[in-house]
Amino acid sequence: MANPYFTRHDLPIRPFGHHHSEHAPGGQGPVLAAVAVGGALGATTRYGIESAWPVHGTQFPWPILLVNATGCLVMGALMTFLATRSALVKRLAGALIGTGFLGGYTTFSHYTDNVRELVRDGAPGTAVGYLLLTVVAALLGVWAGVAAVHAVLPASRPGAAA
Amino acid sequence: MTGDVLLVLAGGLVGAPTRYLTGVAVKARIHTPFPFGTLAANSAACLLLGFLAEAATGGHLDRHAQLLLATGFCGALSTWSTFSYEVLTLADKGRLFLSGTYLAVSVLLGTGLSFAGAAVATAVW
Repeated sequence: MANPYFTRHDLPIRPFGHHHSEHAPGGQGPVLAAVAVGGALGATTRYGIESAWPVHGTQFPWPILLVNATGCLVMGALMTFLATRSALVKRLAGALIGTGFLGGYTTFSHYTDNVRELVRDGAPGTAVGYLLLTVVAALLGVWAGVAAVHAVLPASRPGAAA
Repeated sequence: MTGDVLLVLAGGLVGAPTRYLTGVAVKARIHTPFPFGTLAANSAACLLLGFLAEAATGGHLDRHAQLLLATGFCGALSTWSTFSYEVLTLADKGRLFLSGTYLAVSVLLGTGLSFAGAAVATAVW
């Protein structure tokens, strides 16, 4: 049976000590550029949301929670959609939109720093609530994104005939 | 305002490829299903941001540096989307223990490193 994840670039047997680029269709340069451009745009989008919705003191950090949850939702949908595409599209679109844009848009460090500042400012209950709610929202987001694409594109389901 | 956006843009332009290259470097050296690359990028960003945020609170970091380094660089170096996708992928492959460990270690280590970074800033100034 043909493996849809293998292209002619991927030799079934690789020489010992093969370089990573041998199983990287499109090469490393364009991918790196796509990640950089996507990351810059993603970070800027997050900054736009934070600027439009400022949170002060011990208020619940809704903007970052929203950013992280929506980024996870789109990531689940994107990765599921790209699984049915060619290796080159998967690699470049995954780099630009996934690793780049969504990676730069969502943030783990601002999440943990929100937790730290809530604890420091005397709101440990809000800190724990925010910590746990983000985990739930992020995982549910990815799951919902995957499920949505499976529902719309039956070919994306695992085990579907390619 | 335009200058502010450009600073965040520049930080993201460097932060995201740094995370990507960390993943590539780890994958080339360690053959394991555990996503050490994302864990390393997220942990480093948490430590650095804890330091920067506390420095900013103490008035030792101007607004421009905050936008470039904290909002742009640290924000893009760390990620929730790739992280949670990896957690779910591991669980989907039946590796529930690894998935749960990755989730718990990332959250607890990241939070701890935020406090550690802030403590360093407090000690310096």
